[in-house]
Formats: sequence, structure tokens, C-alpha cells
Amino acid sequence: MKKDSVGVVTPQYFTFAEPPNNLQLKSGRSLGPITLAYEAYGKLNAKKSNAILVCHALSGDAHAAGFLEGDTAAGWWDDLIGPGKALDTNLYYVICANVIGGCKGSTGPSSTNPETGKPYALDFPLITIADMVEAQRHLIDFFGIEKLLCVIGGSMGGMQALQWASAYPERIIAAIPIATALKHSPQQIAFDEVIRQTIMADPAWRGGYYYEHGQPEKGLAVARMIGHITFMSDQSMEEKFSRKLKNDNLSFQFIDDFEVEGYLRYRGYNFVKRFDANSYLYITKAMDYFDLSGEKFMPTVKKTAVRFLVISFKSDWLYPTHQSQDIVRLLKRKHAYTTYFDLISTYGHDAFLVEIEDETRLIKNFLANVSPN
Amino acid sequence: MKSDHQIIANIIDEGAHVLDLGCGNGELLAFLMQKKNALVQGIELDENQMHECVERGLTVLQGDIESGLVDYPDKSFDFVILNQIMQQIKKADFVIQESLRVGKRVIVGFPNFAHIKARFTLVFRGKTPINEALPYYWFETPNIRFLTISDFIDYCGKKEIKIEQEYFLGKSSPVHFMPNLFAQTALFVITRK
Repeated sequence: MKKDSVGVVTPQYFTFAEPPNNLQLKSGRSLGPITLAYEAYGKLNAKKSNAILVCHALSGDAHAAGFLEGDTAAGWWDDLIGPGKALDTNLYYVICANVIGGCKGSTGPSSTNPETGKPYALDFPLITIADMVEAQRHLIDFFGIEKLLCVIGGSMGGMQALQWASAYPERIIAAIPIATALKHSPQQIAFDEVIRQTIMADPAWRGGYYYEHGQPEKGLAVARMIGHITFMSDQSMEEKFSRKLKNDNLSFQFIDDFEVEGYLRYRGYNFVKRFDANSYLYITKAMDYFDLSGEKFMPTVKKTAVRFLVISFKSDWLYPTHQSQDIVRLLKRKHAYTTYFDLISTYGHDAFLVEIEDETRLIKNFLANVSPN
Repeated sequence: MKSDHQIIANIIDEGAHVLDLGCGNGELLAFLMQKKNALVQGIELDENQMHECVERGLTVLQGDIESGLVDYPDKSFDFVILNQIMQQIKKADFVIQESLRVGKRVIVGFPNFAHIKARFTLVFRGKTPINEALPYYWFETPNIRFLTISDFIDYCGKKEIKIEQEYFLGKSSPVHFMPNLFAQTALFVITRK
């Protein structure tokens, strides 16, 4: 085990909203009981003032750092979380929870509906980013944390960070939204709709009630392949694959001749093993509904004391720079003291997971000057 | 410490909200934060300089000066600083007007092109002046305009801008006599009339 790793971690579970105290959702429906799977690294100090909430992206989970027992792969943001790293677990208590609607231990469409004893499937209510944050707020309350030092996340995780700032400005000191947007654009909604239609077009989806029969594997794999194209950039694909062939010559058949084809197939079919198709539908919908533009952002606040670090990446065309600039523009209107970087990277949207050096430098210095008071 | 930084620190009030346009590596803002407990925001384009700002504990936005002000509400800051950038921006009038809207007071600092040595260089040597305040050759200078103390005072008169304070600096000490001839740099504190 490396010295800068948080080591072996154990997932924890927190259950709340037991009926009749269901969580009221934005859709008007309610949900309960709700379980959140979460992990926590570092030590919560006596004043409970050193907690950082990490929010994950579309296909992420609570396992952000360290290793699960018997597993060799580290958590999805392990490069950023650990002793001496950007989110330094010697200083901070870092919490990451799987979102509601997910399939990695938190209540979602694949969870058992207590009323029927079967998986919810499409009986699961539509959820929003605000609902996800509301569930996280219950977890933070459970910890007895009055004020989070920081909420941080990339992509959909960034939306949650913005939602926290908007809904609970008095409960956070800083927010770090990365590679994200105030609202999904028509292009982003369009990609999500194609992704959803791809899943739903697979006969194995069975109207969403497929749990006794197994996943709509083909649909979900292709959906994920589309996703992966949007996560990369023209340049990163050129660098990674160019027109390289898997075998030395063209097959003149409809097989994966090119390395890029092989990569997408590999990614697609691996995804099926680890992610629930209905969760993909619910979570993409939640992202499409997200809109904190204009007056909807921090509606109760004229001037905010929340400190922001906003980061975008120049080659990210899924969540392009101008969307982060829109965030900055809105923050100026709220008199927020803001640091904003448009970082140079060729990795496209994936940059927030791989541009560790720049992110570490920024986040570390930023957090060092965010004091709990 | 640069003498103009010391003067700016003396101008601003304790705990003031300060916006520095083109804040560079944040030396001035860090100084204001330490000396005056100022709440500071910088705007800068250069990524390396911005990293230095963040290391100093400053909040800094990546952006250009011309478009950086538009979204701030009126009187968002006690002071907006335009130090040593007047000569480098394209829409100088727009930036000054916007600064006066966004800030209660605006501090403008620039090199005086009418300094006696500059005049001599131009008139008698027929060459573009190079001195401590204007240290660049023509082919590498970031400066796109040259202005003098008299120019700036005229401008303020025409645009009904009130000059509250003025400071004139020579190579190492303040200049009190004929500043347009003897000052290398000038600092003005201006407000809307």
C-alpha cells in the first residue's frame, strides 16, 4: 500500500426517511426509506469543521479513494484524495456518498420496493439533482456537521456542488464545481435522450421491468459507448487511437477493425457488468432537469460569503468553457469571491479525472486559504 | 515593496473590498490583504501568474479586462484598481467607465509619457523613449497606447470624472513640481461626479 493512500476502506450505509417520514421529492412524489452508501476518509475534528463532501459524476459511486477489501483498483478520485493529496486526509474529513437513483448501494430503481418486495424498476420516482443533495444533507445532519468546509465535484458532481451552494449557502464555506454547468444545454439533453433511447430500444429492457431476466446489455453498452465519445476530445482520440488497427489489416467485415472501435466495445460491455440500465435513465434525466440559471441560483441571497473555485478545461466540448464562464458571471452578480481557471488540457471532459497535477495545485492552495469560521 | 503599492495601500481603507484588473502575480493584492485586511478579487489572463495568485491565497478570475466587469452589480467594490494596465487595454474609456460603475472609487496608475527624459529621447534622439516606467523596445512592448498626466486630467474633465487624489512619482521619490514634466508614473483616485 502506497504511503499516500487512504488504505483499505469499508463502505458504510445510512438509512433515513422511514415511512411515514418519506423524503419529499421535487416531482411531488415521495421516497422512503432511503439508504445512502457512503465512504469517509480522514478524521472529523472535534468542532466538526473539517468535512469535505465529494460528489460523484453520472456513473460514479461512493468509492472515491482507497481500496475495497480484496480489490486491486483504487477509488475513482484516488489521485486527489489521501494523505498529502489535494483533499488531504491528514487535514480534512472527506465524505463521498452514492446518489439516490444510483445502483452502488444507495436507493435506486434496482433497489427493493418495500411495498412489493420486488425491485422498483420504473415505479421508482424521477429524481433531481436537488433531491440528491437533499439526501446528502440528511447524511451531513446525521454526522452532526453544521457547516461543510467544502463541496466538490466534477460534471454531475459539480452540479451537486452548485445545488448545495444555492440551496444551503449557510451550510458550506466553499464550493468547487469542475467541468460542469448551471443547466443542461439542448445539446447535452440531446445526447442524454439518444443514450436513453438506446437503452429503451433494446427489447431486453422490457419497459424497465427486466430484473428477473437480466440487463438490457446491448442497449446499455451502446449507450455507454456514446457517452465515452463525448468524454474524449478530437485530439485525445487522435493521440490515443489515431487510425490504428487492432490487427494488421482491414477485415472487410463488420468487426472492430480500428482500435477506437475495440476501445468503445470494451468500455461498453464492461459497463454492463457494473451499472444498472434504469439507473442510467434516471440519472441522465436528473441532469437534464438541472437548471440553476438566472434567478434560480441562490434565490435567497443577494451577497454570498461562499468562496468558489470554478474549473473548466479548454478541450471539454461536453461541458464547454462558456458554461463555466456562465457560472462565474452569475457568481459576480452575487458578489461572490471567485477563483476561476480554464485549464489547458487535451483530454476533453475526462480531464477532470486525469489532470491531477493542475487540479491538485489549485485545490490545495485554494483550500489552504478557506478557513472554518 | 514598490512605491506605488505602498501608496495604494495607504489609499484604501481597512477591510475594503478591492478588485484589481490585470492583477498579475497578485503581489499588490497580497500586500493589501496583509496590510489592510482587504477582501480582494483579481482578474488576470495569464495562467502562470494566476497560479501564483492562488498560492498567495488570493481569489482570481481568468478573464480579460474588457469583459471582466460587465456582470458585477453597481458599487460592488470599494475600490477598483487599474494599475499599470491603462496603456495596454483596447477600450480604455469603456474600462474606466465600467470601473466607476462597479467601484465606489477607482485607482488608476500609469507611466507618464511626457516625462522629461521621454521628451528628450523623442525630440533630440528621435527614438521611442525607454526608461524605468516604459522599459520596452517598440517591438516587444505590451503597451498599445501612450498617455500623459495632462491627457488623463483632460479626459477626467471632459467625462465629468472627479479626481479625488493624485500622486506623482519620480524614479525614487514623489514629484511635486510640474508633474507632467518630472513624474515617471502617476496615480489617481477618481469617482463619478
